[in-house]
Amino acid sequence: MTPKLEQTPAAGGVTHRAPPRRTPATWVQGGGISRILFLLPMLVIFAAFSWYPIVRLVLMSLQYTNLVLPAKWVGLSNFSTVFHDPLFPIAVKNTAEFAGLALVFGYPIPLVMAVLISEVRKRRGLYSALAYLPVVIPPVIAVLLWKTFYDGSANGVFNTMLGWVGIAPQPWIGSQSAAIPSLVLESTWANAGSTVIIYLAALTGVNRELYEAASVDGAGLWKKIWHVTLPQLRTILLITMILQIIGTAQVFIEPYLFTGGGPNNATLTVMLLIYNYAFGNSLGGAYGEAAALSLMLVAFLAVFSLIYLRATRSWSRN
Amino acid sequence: MAAFRRNRPSNDAGPQGLVLADDWHRPSVRWGLGTAHAVLLVLLVVMGLGPILWLAKSAITPTQDTLATPMSLFPHGIAWGNVSDAWNNIDVQLYLKNTIVVAIGSWLTAIVVATTGAYALSVLRPRFGKVIMAALLTTLFVPPVVLLVPLYIEIVHPPFINQSFTGNYWAIWLPESASAFNLVLMKRFFDNLPREIFEAARIDGCGPFRLFFYIVLPMSRPILGVVSIFAVLASFKDYLWPLLVLGPTDTNLQTLSVRLPEIEQFTPLGYFLAAMFLACIVPIVGFLIFQRGFLRGTGLSGALKG
Repeated sequence: MTPKLEQTPAAGGVTHRAPPRRTPATWVQGGGISRILFLLPMLVIFAAFSWYPIVRLVLMSLQYTNLVLPAKWVGLSNFSTVFHDPLFPIAVKNTAEFAGLALVFGYPIPLVMAVLISEVRKRRGLYSALAYLPVVIPPVIAVLLWKTFYDGSANGVFNTMLGWVGIAPQPWIGSQSAAIPSLVLESTWANAGSTVIIYLAALTGVNRELYEAASVDGAGLWKKIWHVTLPQLRTILLITMILQIIGTAQVFIEPYLFTGGGPNNATLTVMLLIYNYAFGNSLGGAYGEAAALSLMLVAFLAVFSLIYLRATRSWSRN
Repeated sequence: MAAFRRNRPSNDAGPQGLVLADDWHRPSVRWGLGTAHAVLLVLLVVMGLGPILWLAKSAITPTQDTLATPMSLFPHGIAWGNVSDAWNNIDVQLYLKNTIVVAIGSWLTAIVVATTGAYALSVLRPRFGKVIMAALLTTLFVPPVVLLVPLYIEIVHPPFINQSFTGNYWAIWLPESASAFNLVLMKRFFDNLPREIFEAARIDGCGPFRLFFYIVLPMSRPILGVVSIFAVLASFKDYLWPLLVLGPTDTNLQTLSVRLPEIEQFTPLGYFLAAMFLACIVPIVGFLIFQRGFLRGTGLSGALKG
């Protein structure tokens, strides 16, 4: 009897030997109720507005729903309707064009700006604040403001400025070929600031001794940027690229408010097509098709999200 | 001697990066970089501030002048009337009030959900914590916009409740707080708080509620600030969801973002631009006041974003 009693504490507590039976009473004593109370808001909110809609999205893509009659199972016919919609390839092409152009314009500019700003010795805060300012303007206001800038008449803001240097007025968002680049220009203006700040934060983490070592080895400014700065920013560069692709693949406000998808569907994007399926027709939404196309978009973006997750994992480990 | 000259400048030049203090004292580097910075500053002022200054100017310019000569400065005087008309007759005051009410509600729900959830997962550690965390992280893969259709149907025809929630602010406040991004950010911060303090508090008889309100929350001011800024800014910038929820109902409930595209259709340009300028003031002033929080939060979001 006695040796047994002495043995239990040495083994690190009674629970290791014989776990006490889990009863409601021990659960309450262990703080079970307060644990549930703290978990509850999160569980309820995510169940209602995140997990349930995700499940519902998958179900809806396989159903015919008109909100009045009970939903009917239709198999994969929503998907085939979307695939056979002549607007589907147009929307995919426009979205890819938007994302591609945004990458070409919008990706290098913040990096150059951040590297330059990080070398500012006085009033660095002013530089970053100015770069970030467009980000705080609500997108609706930014788009509507740029819409007035893009006025295609000779008295438009941008056309007046072009007139100063003797260039003829441009149609901007009014022409099929210039519409997407115009949208990209506005969206780059609106979003570059946050990427600049992300790079600036990453640049403070670059090991300064490497710069000194490179200097000692006789590396000039460009060599230091190429061989020290960029390799050290490798992961964050991948992250911002994926974030940008994920963001631009969902572009909606710009085409919706600038052009409504026109002229002649030149700015119809995937999100706008989803919106039009579900809410564009006042007679009743094609919710099944909208859900099917949404699901395709999720599947496409999930690939990028996976790369992103791996990149952030290795980044936070460093 | 050489060592002495090397050390001195680096001491007074403060933090140094690409351009070392030694190089900084070479005239060519100094002038080259100085010019680059001057050009950058001019570009940033033109690009960052320019459109907002133009909006401010046009808000008090007669419509005819803005239409005919958008880039000249007050050729026919100032029209202060634009601003008062926008405020009173186009009812910017009402929509701004709605926008602020929506933002405050979204902020409150976001903070409640993120702090209690992160506290439970990080400090109280329930048995299924890992499963819940995995379910939360999965939602990061699903961009919120693709859930629009099922969410909309859920709001119009909610399960168990026979009543539509369109035109109700709860339909905006609650869904917006389902942000796994905020939760993960908050949980990471709680994870890094010193456990010894929690243990000491527990031994002193501090229950989970007092631990939360008197110890964890006061220690979390920096992250509370970041999450607050994200929640309020996201609410100010949100458009599509409020449009779906508030669009079809009576306009007295709409936010500025929902209302402005409609105002554009039927208002003279001068009034409309004045309304847009008034709508910008709150976010810009907010940014100027909480600049550091904005920039720190954005820097953090590079590490993790949904």
